[in-house]
Amino acid sequence: MGNHAVSWGVLRSRAQVIAAYPITPQTQIVEELSEMCADGDLDATFIKVESEHSAMACCIGAAQAGARTFTATSAQGLALMHELLHWASGARLPIVMTDVNRAMAPGWSIWADQLDSLAQRDTGWMQMYCESNQEVFDLTVCSYKIAEQLDLPIMVVYDAFLLSHTSEVVDITDQGPIDDFLPPRQAELKLDPGKPYAFGSLVMPEYYYEMRYKLQEAMERAGGVIDSVLEEWAERFGRKYGQVEGYKLDDADIVLVTSGTTTSTTKYMVNQYRERGEKVGILKMRTLRPFPVERVRKELAGRKRVLVIDKNMSPGLGGVWAQELRAATAHIPDVPPIQCYIAGLGGRDIRPETVRDVIEHGKTQESLEKEYHWIQLKN
Amino acid sequence: MIEIRIHGRGGQGAVIASKILASAVFSEGQYVQSFPAFGVERRGAPVAAFTRIDAAPILIRNNIYEPDHIMVLDPNLLATGICTDGLKKGGIVLINSENTPDFFKGLDDFRVATVDAGSIAAKHRLGSPSYPIVNTTILGAFAKASGIVSIDAIISCIGDQVPIKPEANAESAKEAFESVILGY
Repeated sequence: MGNHAVSWGVLRSRAQVIAAYPITPQTQIVEELSEMCADGDLDATFIKVESEHSAMACCIGAAQAGARTFTATSAQGLALMHELLHWASGARLPIVMTDVNRAMAPGWSIWADQLDSLAQRDTGWMQMYCESNQEVFDLTVCSYKIAEQLDLPIMVVYDAFLLSHTSEVVDITDQGPIDDFLPPRQAELKLDPGKPYAFGSLVMPEYYYEMRYKLQEAMERAGGVIDSVLEEWAERFGRKYGQVEGYKLDDADIVLVTSGTTTSTTKYMVNQYRERGEKVGILKMRTLRPFPVERVRKELAGRKRVLVIDKNMSPGLGGVWAQELRAATAHIPDVPPIQCYIAGLGGRDIRPETVRDVIEHGKTQESLEKEYHWIQLKN
Repeated sequence: MIEIRIHGRGGQGAVIASKILASAVFSEGQYVQSFPAFGVERRGAPVAAFTRIDAAPILIRNNIYEPDHIMVLDPNLLATGICTDGLKKGGIVLINSENTPDFFKGLDDFRVATVDAGSIAAKHRLGSPSYPIVNTTILGAFAKASGIVSIDAIISCIGDQVPIKPEANAESAKEAFESVILGY
């Protein structure tokens, strides 16, 4: 299952400090990791903590001391970490975290919805969304390499149950080739009694501004680093990924923009439209931060329709992916209105018929009449 | 693509059954997907688990609403109608029961098979005599009833994946393979 794919990714990445607090649907990740540690398969310190806030605090301390760290959470647990997410990025610590997308309560829900991770958009973390359990394994390993090259934290994100509890075929790459791909972390500055530095002290206005500049400068480099790490992964292991990925996209008039497992079910429906000769394709979003602005502009220009399926809702405005895409493509000529469809909140099943209804409705929308559309809303 | 739904009660092992079935089919060269009904499980409450099988990578990721075949670990669940809901015409209904297939009425659209998995599992001391764990046993019967997977693959995966009493589980599956009654 997806949760075990993460555990194996962390094992293969030789994480040194793991701190976590259980929350459904993430719990199996750290359950398996604790067994790997107890059995001696993974030479890591496993720290049991009393909250997600403490879990992130442990990762921050360990990463500051130069260790390779891991934690995992979902929904309210991620929200409880919020303060320290800013600390991790501001302190430039390459922490890797899994967030299993779970709807925010209330209503109390354990099912998939992307708002938990999307709401952490401005914390300075990179975020990558996964469509399959193979991607979960591969991107967990790649995340360490990306994060450590940039000294930025990264979140690997995937849907509750649809991946977390679904078993499917995953190729678990052997340890040797992964050791070649991912050498041990070499922290340039770290807590070291033999070579003391002070970390986390007061920063006066004359320096804070430049610290933020450096953080943003790292984010600007992040796109290139992600591309090069994913290219190296593809060369070594034959599985190719990008910050955005097209599916039957080249000649598509109607482009569905998807993320996570919604992409798979959308591919199933797009195949049916293609059999009827309709030019429908998919732009699959992988990274929320850094946002792949140039790629999005290039891929969406010249299309007849852009239909975003947002498995989230930012109350007061609409789907988050659609808002990001609108901001990225504003004033870019030849990009059609970006239509936003809210679907799948709180684990509501996104079925092929849901995607069909989006496509058929989207065909009728020449202009941007509404900021967002509800799909299959019950009365 | 073949879609299979397993109905049982919390504690009978439906989720593990769907995983072992998926592993067995995978070992024979097919793509598989296995998942539980996405919910909160309690001992004794009705549960369902799903397995998808295809020659090509499986794209579809939503729940299964119209299964090709079903397995029913607790025959009392049949009366609720949830088991056969959406089941395709001609689909196999494999029931854990001491009765023969003709005992079950109202299933004329389907191919009914029965196996006394409860007694077989109890004999092999799987679970307790009053609440035997029948998941591995019924998979043996499913191999015979469906022909989708070989009994050898089922037994091999039971050996790999069942942590406690793997031999007894394998023997039980084999006995179910031999004793399942096909009403078609």
